[in-house]
Amino acid sequence: MAVTEEKTETYIGAPVARKEDAKLVTGQARWVDNLTLPGMLWASIVRSPHAHARIGSIDTGAAKAIEGVVAVLTGGELAGDWAGPLPMVWPVTEDTKNPPHWPLATDKARFAGDGVAVVVAESRAVAKDAAELVEVDYEPLPSVTDVARALDDGAPLVHEELESNHCYTWPLEGPEEGATERAFADAAVTVKERYRQQRLIPSAIEPRGVLVQPSPAEGEFTMWSSTQIPHIARVTLSGTTGIPEAKLRVIAPDVGGGFGSKLNVYAEEALCLALARRLGRPVKWIEERSENHVATTHGRDQIQEIELAATAEGKITAVRVHITTGMGAYLQIITPGTPLLGAWVYAGAYDVDAYQIEFVGAFTNTTPTDAYRGAGRPEATYAIERAVDALARKLDMDPVELRRRNFIREFPKTIASGLTVDSGDFDASLDRALELLDYEEARREQAERRERGDATQLGIGFSTYLEMCGLAPSRILGAIRYAAGGWDAATIRCLPTGTVQLLIGTSPHGQGHATTFSQIVGDRLGIPFDDIEVLHGDTAVVPLGMDTYGSRSLAVGGVAVWNAAEKVIGKARRVVAHGLEVAEEDLEYEGGRFTVRGTDRSMTVKEAALAAWTAHDLPDGMEPGLEGSYVYDPPNFSWPAGCHIAVVEVDTETGAVDLRRYVAVDDLGTVINPTIVDGQIHGGITQGVAQALFEEAVYDDAGNLVTGSMVNYLVPSAAELPAFELDRTESPSPTNPLGVKGVGETGTIAAPAAVMNAVADALSPFGITDIEMPASPERVRRAIEEAGR
Amino acid sequence: MRQIRMTVNGARHEAEVEPRQLLVYFLREGLGLTGTTVGCDTSSCGTCTVLVDGESVKSCTVLAVQADGWDVTTIEGLAQNGVLHPVQEAFHLNHGLQCGYCTPGMVMAAVSLLAENPSPSEAEIRHALEGNLCRCTGYQNIVRAVQAAAAS
Repeated sequence: MAVTEEKTETYIGAPVARKEDAKLVTGQARWVDNLTLPGMLWASIVRSPHAHARIGSIDTGAAKAIEGVVAVLTGGELAGDWAGPLPMVWPVTEDTKNPPHWPLATDKARFAGDGVAVVVAESRAVAKDAAELVEVDYEPLPSVTDVARALDDGAPLVHEELESNHCYTWPLEGPEEGATERAFADAAVTVKERYRQQRLIPSAIEPRGVLVQPSPAEGEFTMWSSTQIPHIARVTLSGTTGIPEAKLRVIAPDVGGGFGSKLNVYAEEALCLALARRLGRPVKWIEERSENHVATTHGRDQIQEIELAATAEGKITAVRVHITTGMGAYLQIITPGTPLLGAWVYAGAYDVDAYQIEFVGAFTNTTPTDAYRGAGRPEATYAIERAVDALARKLDMDPVELRRRNFIREFPKTIASGLTVDSGDFDASLDRALELLDYEEARREQAERRERGDATQLGIGFSTYLEMCGLAPSRILGAIRYAAGGWDAATIRCLPTGTVQLLIGTSPHGQGHATTFSQIVGDRLGIPFDDIEVLHGDTAVVPLGMDTYGSRSLAVGGVAVWNAAEKVIGKARRVVAHGLEVAEEDLEYEGGRFTVRGTDRSMTVKEAALAAWTAHDLPDGMEPGLEGSYVYDPPNFSWPAGCHIAVVEVDTETGAVDLRRYVAVDDLGTVINPTIVDGQIHGGITQGVAQALFEEAVYDDAGNLVTGSMVNYLVPSAAELPAFELDRTESPSPTNPLGVKGVGETGTIAAPAAVMNAVADALSPFGITDIEMPASPERVRRAIEEAGR
Repeated sequence: MRQIRMTVNGARHEAEVEPRQLLVYFLREGLGLTGTTVGCDTSSCGTCTVLVDGESVKSCTVLAVQADGWDVTTIEGLAQNGVLHPVQEAFHLNHGLQCGYCTPGMVMAAVSLLAENPSPSEAEIRHALEGNLCRCTGYQNIVRAVQAAAAS
């Protein structure tokens, strides 16, 4: 038998280089588009060019006449293939309107990009050629794409049968009814601000893709999909297609980024399943980038109104918020619930007495919105952090001082919205960030530039954010009407040769799970990093899992891994005690080795694994084999927090905004791999900066998506960004044994507010207090002109 | 169909291609070299970057027939005898990748940059990689990786 190396290092907390990288830097990754099966067909979707149109006749004759075309099917022709519509699993109120969402539209196209027919052919090129020959007789209808106008009288109706575009109204007030109104009545100072959260296109660099292999004789299907949620896709697509759950295997192979956009169950997955079932051959669909812009969910799209009540000394007493939030044309898997993920944190890191918020969801003739990195919490953080700056201006107080007067300082803290913040030290991260920045020097430079009327003005912006993530306690999810739980599952299996397999229910798309989880297992069981194989993303290999979103993989999945390791240790202890003929209590355990107290007699987990496998001499009644499983349901969310500071230079002549410095001090609890955590922060900040300065999905008056490609939807490149300056403070979460919090969304949550507060700060000499995102040169220059300069 | 000849990663190929086929699809589907990925349809993202005679080229901007007679290097041809190219090694050691989808193109663009400019400044690196989009890393560790490769 092969003998493995001994473990010599401590992994938790170390910047271990990733085990995922070898295949990725050499071009050996297994993306869906790299998979080919014998007899494989290609699907191409015919999409509506109209934002809103009645679908008349569809002529598929010319398409079918092309050599190599196997089938052309319309929405109507496929109607009988569905056992149910595409899934929506979070009806946020009892009366949330959820009009049926079929994989292909039948009566009307409700957004530009809505699928109306599908072509299946022997090659990618033929499928696309034929799709262009499908003649659809559209009767264009008036459309509404602006969420601010969706609920106006006389607005075009996305779904006539609903008689309005209203989807739901969801209120929350705490700690008791009437408290907010009283606080506003008693307030010495109030501010009321209105912000627009523009629509964003998540833009994972790998477009989506699906490949389905049918096994007709057995009625079984294997689906490879570029998805964040193989387990959720399996259970919900069973409902859409009627394929029994047990006959459907979903595999997320290597997935090239997600950011929430692959946290969904899409029409193309259902279509490939249905087509493979009809045709008895493998069917593949690969999204093009221009399709991705219309057919993959968008993010944000909100109009926010936020009011703060405060004392004359700047103590915030109440927060009142009203949000109008765009659903798009249909409800995807968690479209209605996505904005609500911010509903509890619109008071940010501040200790307020009263809290009232209402969300109104509205349909528009646009691509459905859904989760995009941060999902609800970037919006919340933006509103409160910008409003705090507005209050500081009104009080003529330094924004840092105002924040300090309001921080939550005792933990655990039940906040006015009703949840409990686990731990934190908001002053510590603010202090450290100010030190890194040299705040006084930055203000001095700013004053100098103002004094001399420099064309390039300096702005300093803060975001002392508080985030809730690590989704999520199942009971809370149930109470807010989400259809599933928030647990996750891990199994650790010790193989007889000393290597270990970890089966984990969350699957990565860049986060480095295999490395991080190997660090946890390695330390706990004393197994070398390279001897741990992490398996994920295949429902046949890892049947239990709740997948990857909401910064949950470490805060939920990682804790499941830890607890599974505890179970392995527990069984190994019994095996070792029996083998060494001592009582279990006489064994000390550390780093994979059991030692009989006061002696040098010992046995390792690896040795116990072999003994449990041979099973020659186990305690009476013990099952052979050494493995442990744990399904962890978190008792609370995890609550990262910190201070981000942006320093921008605004060229007041051209309107150009240059991000000069960005300082981020985050408190993420215990850190397993600082390199991976820094990487998450870098990428998160970049997406937040992109929202503030570059990105916006724009529709024209006819409902066309103007930003239909990467040419005009401005994903930033390296040239637009500075190097970020990071540090951390550490308040371990008391709710899990690792002390960890989530990190995946932090940067995106914190950054837009920091950057836009900086832009507003730079422009304050002009009397400008707000620029809509993104702060393009045109918007900035126009604001300066309107201010009369 | 048109007949073309191409040297890819040192191996000579002859093939019949559709005149409209892009080089990237010839590499991926014609030769099975799926390391080079496709991320957009407007030559914006750079994931498909390969080297032609040592210089970076977005293989979605070129027809396979145009590449007749060319010497192309893809990500699969970079490591020699199982030893990573210094740029590949630097991306690994400096966490210059997360999901890895942009990585083949990013690595090839960096190799091309360092061939032209063996010790670029941070600003030069950021400017040179402008045509390659990454959605995961915020570029910080990509820049660090290129600096490390330059120093190695």
